[in-house]
Amino acid sequence: MTISLAVFLAFVASTLGITFWAAKRSRGASAYFAAGRRITAWQNGFAVAGDFMSAASFLGLIGLIALQGFDGILYAVGGFVGFVTILLLVAEPLRNSGKYTMGDVLAYRLQPRPVRALAALSTLTIATLYMIAQMVGAGALIALLLAGSGIGYNTAVVGVGVLMMVYVVFGGMLATTWVQIVKAMLLMACTVVLTALVLKHFHFHLLDFFAAASRIAYHQKGELVVKDFLQPGLHYRPPHGALDLLSLSLIFAFGTAGLPHILVKFYTVPNAKTARNSVVWAMAVIGSYYAMTTILGLGAAVLLGPDDIVAHSGTNMAGPRLAQVLGGDIFLAVISAVAFATILAVVAGVMISASTSFAHDVWTNVIHRGVERRPGESVVVARIAAMAVGAVAVLIAVALGPGSNVLILATLGMAVAASANFPALALSLYWRRFTTAGAIAGLSAGLAATIGLILAGPTVMGIDAPGAISHHLIQAKPWFPLENVGIVSVPLGFLAAIAGSLVSREPAAEAKFDELVVRANTGLGAERASG
Amino acid sequence: MDSSQEKRIAGNKQFKDLLAVKRMFIIPALSFFLLDFVGFVVLVGYDPKLASLRVIGTVNVAYLFALLQFVLGWTIAGLYLMASEKFDRLTKDILFQTNSAKIDAPRGAGE
Repeated sequence: MTISLAVFLAFVASTLGITFWAAKRSRGASAYFAAGRRITAWQNGFAVAGDFMSAASFLGLIGLIALQGFDGILYAVGGFVGFVTILLLVAEPLRNSGKYTMGDVLAYRLQPRPVRALAALSTLTIATLYMIAQMVGAGALIALLLAGSGIGYNTAVVGVGVLMMVYVVFGGMLATTWVQIVKAMLLMACTVVLTALVLKHFHFHLLDFFAAASRIAYHQKGELVVKDFLQPGLHYRPPHGALDLLSLSLIFAFGTAGLPHILVKFYTVPNAKTARNSVVWAMAVIGSYYAMTTILGLGAAVLLGPDDIVAHSGTNMAGPRLAQVLGGDIFLAVISAVAFATILAVVAGVMISASTSFAHDVWTNVIHRGVERRPGESVVVARIAAMAVGAVAVLIAVALGPGSNVLILATLGMAVAASANFPALALSLYWRRFTTAGAIAGLSAGLAATIGLILAGPTVMGIDAPGAISHHLIQAKPWFPLENVGIVSVPLGFLAAIAGSLVSREPAAEAKFDELVVRANTGLGAERASG
Repeated sequence: MDSSQEKRIAGNKQFKDLLAVKRMFIIPALSFFLLDFVGFVVLVGYDPKLASLRVIGTVNVAYLFALLQFVLGWTIAGLYLMASEKFDRLTKDILFQTNSAKIDAPRGAGE
């Protein structure tokens, strides 16, 4: 395991180098929060990809496909689909009308204090869910990788927490962006190699590969079964399976466009055109990545078999285990180091979006009504917030332990984004009659419904069979039947936002709509690049 | 960057045309793509038999439909990039026309 440690340390050393370089350049709020808005299209495309392709999409997704076949692949397709929504509806107007956060766009024509406070609350909720997912992934990875070395789950979680705080606190958005670019490239390279190794087994005949995936033998409830892993329905079964899937698809269609850590990336480029081109770059990277994870997940099912995955690694470790079997310990070491790098990069991105939102939305604009009392104050507050948010995420991840599938945790964050953030963001950009009351209603209904239904649903509530590996937090029959709450929470977020607007009138917000449309579409008055 | 230029643009016929042209692309493209995605999920969820129908070797309808999502997404992105060239040109014209000073062409939108 010394090689993996060496690869990992090399990555940490180079990212600390990046952080040091970025720290020297990060002068002022625009540099700290938005990398001086000088990131180019391809750079931002890779950074967005590096921000989005998390431990969930590397560790969680491969395991999910390996154990659930096509039902796992839906997550891969869904992860890609949301970027079309971002490209066509969100990226350009967001860049043109905001400064650092999603709250900026909402506050443009609505009453700034209440909408910023709620936007920050939902941003922090999403950030916490995402960060826990990443930390659990990091801990589980280390536990597998360094088993017997004395470095356990808790140490790993704390280690990730400290490293990401260093990136964010010292390097700001510039360091975070470059860490994400490097990580996206490493992850793509490893995925290409691993995919090639899988296909080499089938002499690069795709049809032979799929033929093997159509008959996979494993044990289910003590009996040996042979299943066609290409058939849908291995996880999402009647009575509620189809509805659950539909629910999931709504979350994917709109959730990515409401994820604060993705949205802030569009403030790091000089103008709307670069924002647009960067989404297309991200779509190229992310799409080809997800297409390859399909091969990796099915490859793990074919070459390792679900029995081996359950016995050796659990759902989160099928990818690294596949690398070990196909490429030996050295390749396992490299893949694990890259998976770890993946986690660091995503955690840094999530953390900077959370601390930016706290400093810019809550501290400067809600508490001090838009006045920075001392120059540079918001950056100081953001740094302190980053440390606090990191500490909370570490504590929760330690408390939760390594059991939970990280993909499912991250999907919860996306459900909040789809149900609370996206309706408010879309309506404030495209609906003249949208009001502050509507934004408050939409954000709080979306947030409350998502969290409430998840707590009452089968992810949290359930009765465990004796000896089950995963355990439910609440041992009772779930009140809400679906794992994915989007089918209720997304329409609810929209309806509440629309209803809240219709019962109130806000002439000031309507009057500013024309100005917002002009700015969003022309870039007039948009924040310039600096530094 | 005074707000009077924004007022002039908001009332400008060419700007209204620009918004209409953008809508003509964005609304059909996004609706088609999302409906197709939801259709894909509904098919997989509600008619797993049809989705499991093998088309090429053991590769079934579900997989081909999944692949289609990627191909469609990339195609729409490509078409949007092409259409945006025109949007950017129109935007530049509008900004130039409505800038009363006309000392230098406004920056920030299309560059």
